[in-house]
Amino acid sequence: MKNVDLVIIGGGSAGLAASVGAFDSGIKDILIIERNPFLGGILNQCIHNGFGLSEFKEELTGPEFASRFEKQVEDRKIPYVLNTTVTSITKDKVVTYTNEKEGVVEVQAKAIIMAAGCYERNAGAIGIPGDRPAGVITAGQAQLFLNEYGYMVGKKVFILGSGDIGLIMARRLTLEGAKVLGVAELCAWSNGLNRNMVQCLYDYDIPLYLSHTVTRVIGKGRVEAIEISQVDERMNPIHGTEKRFDVDTLVLSIGLVPNNNLLTDLGVEVGRSRGAAVNQNYETSIEGIFSCGNVLHVHDLVDYVVDEAREAGRSAARYLLEGKKETSKNIPVNPGEGIGYVVPSKLDVLSLKEKTAFKFRVRKPSKNVFIDYIVDGVTVKSTFKPVIIPSEMEVFNLPKNLLENAQQSIVISMRAKE
Amino acid sequence: MEHDLICIVCPRGCHLHVDENLKVTGNFCPRGEAYGKQEVTNPTRVVTSTVKINGSDLAMCPVKTFSPIPKGKIFDVMASINKVEIDAPVHIGDVIIHDVCGTGVDIVATRDMERI
Ligand SMILES: Cc1cc2nc3c(=O)[nH]c(=O)nc-3n(C[C@H](O)[C@H](O)[C@H](O)COP(=O)(O)OP(=O)(O)OC[C@H]3O[C@@H](n4cnc5c(N)ncnc54)[C@H](O)[C@@H]3O)c2cc1C
Ligand code: SF4
Repeated sequence: MKNVDLVIIGGGSAGLAASVGAFDSGIKDILIIERNPFLGGILNQCIHNGFGLSEFKEELTGPEFASRFEKQVEDRKIPYVLNTTVTSITKDKVVTYTNEKEGVVEVQAKAIIMAAGCYERNAGAIGIPGDRPAGVITAGQAQLFLNEYGYMVGKKVFILGSGDIGLIMARRLTLEGAKVLGVAELCAWSNGLNRNMVQCLYDYDIPLYLSHTVTRVIGKGRVEAIEISQVDERMNPIHGTEKRFDVDTLVLSIGLVPNNNLLTDLGVEVGRSRGAAVNQNYETSIEGIFSCGNVLHVHDLVDYVVDEAREAGRSAARYLLEGKKETSKNIPVNPGEGIGYVVPSKLDVLSLKEKTAFKFRVRKPSKNVFIDYIVDGVTVKSTFKPVIIPSEMEVFNLPKNLLENAQQSIVISMRAKE
Repeated sequence: MEHDLICIVCPRGCHLHVDENLKVTGNFCPRGEAYGKQEVTNPTRVVTSTVKINGSDLAMCPVKTFSPIPKGKIFDVMASINKVEIDAPVHIGDVIIHDVCGTGVDIVATRDMERI
């Protein structure tokens, strides 16, 4: 069996940044395993601009951002294999992969970084009533077909879900000559960034139907029409509010889920983000197995992904160079009132650095609130937020002296200003 | 002309009102004022798209306008982009169309694509 110090699963922006973090911390024996015929992951299909404002201080497109990281990997001569899929890993860190040239191969790793990205929720996940014709496609699939292979998915399109990928595709399909008749969103608010609302919908007069969902798909063989309805506060369709749109394609932008199966198969603990439960070193419940990027929690900005992944790479290097820690003391980090999830979901208070980054999302848009950081029931820090929205991940750093004496729990919670 | 806009400079998303004398109200901070004025006098956008590429492993090569172009020219620029076909290899920053639609802005490639 081949031996490698560090195996990285996935060669997207997370895997590449993790490899750079580990390499620069002294680990040279690395293997990145990537399923696609190229590095860079999902960014290659995100041809719009707006990436890299915090990482490179310029506004790049997705492929440009990816190529900067590919270059960092090439410059360091970090080894990678393409067209290769990891099929399983074991607790003892044996990684099995397959490709056409080598067949099935087992590699004994000393540490593993999981960086396999996320997948899109599809029609099956929401059970839309009606026919099951062709022409229902997820936004990411539509993006891949159009931007890499040059296939238009339809001429008259309706989009369900106002997440950023849906908004970006509304503009992209319009520019390529399709008619986008509207976007329906179940929530009473948009789940995309304001700038995408303006640049992708308002610029092209595409209507947004808030508190609406698709209640019927109509068509034999191919989509012919869809019907949307308004929903009440409990998200149930309101009878009599149906509207029909004659379209040939329904694009779904209804959420992303960490592609964490290889780790759940192993029985690693799972966090509220549906990725692995990790401590601040991005280490999972199995020693020496780390996780970062969209497979840990879904990010909206790649700039945060590469920051997190580099840190995971440095942690893996520390683990490899310093060996097993004799002691650790994990304190749970819990989402409180109004908070969806927090990463990390636990804190090893014996390996704290000067600052620890907490990343979280609120459950719904709110104005004039305080975010409280509560250690063992005592609020150690509060920050005021004039506006906070679920589609933007929040990051806040707490210094070591506020955390090191934690015994029971750390809670992040939202509170309205009186 | 009076305008009601949403400021896109930060997530707060202030609702701006710009009157005929270019006076901006509704902005929480000065950046909103600058945005409001620019948006009603000369709104601009970066356009990103793809062009057909021959001799590469993928069918399409992503491209962008090197800098923002006037919003009113977006569809003219798209029409020019859709007429072009290129041959691999191309590299990031290669000029695909010079001075597109008289805007003074070049269309450049945004992905390295080798010949196979
Ligand atoms: C459709 C879509 C659009 C997005 N648009 C934007 C945007 O506009 N702006 C922005 O900042 N962010 C955007 N994001 C967020 C984006 O995902 C992150 O910015 C970042 O690129 C995620 O990087 P990653 O490495 O975690 O995941 P990915 O880039 O998805 O990389 C994961 C890699 O792992 C590989 N892989 C998975 N399983 C295996 C396996 N078993 N064996 C081997 N390899 C495997 C995959 O092939 C893939 O290359 C978008 C995300 C999606 C899904
Ligand atoms: S006016 Fe200022 S605070 Fe308001 S959205 Fe624009 S940049 Fe943000």
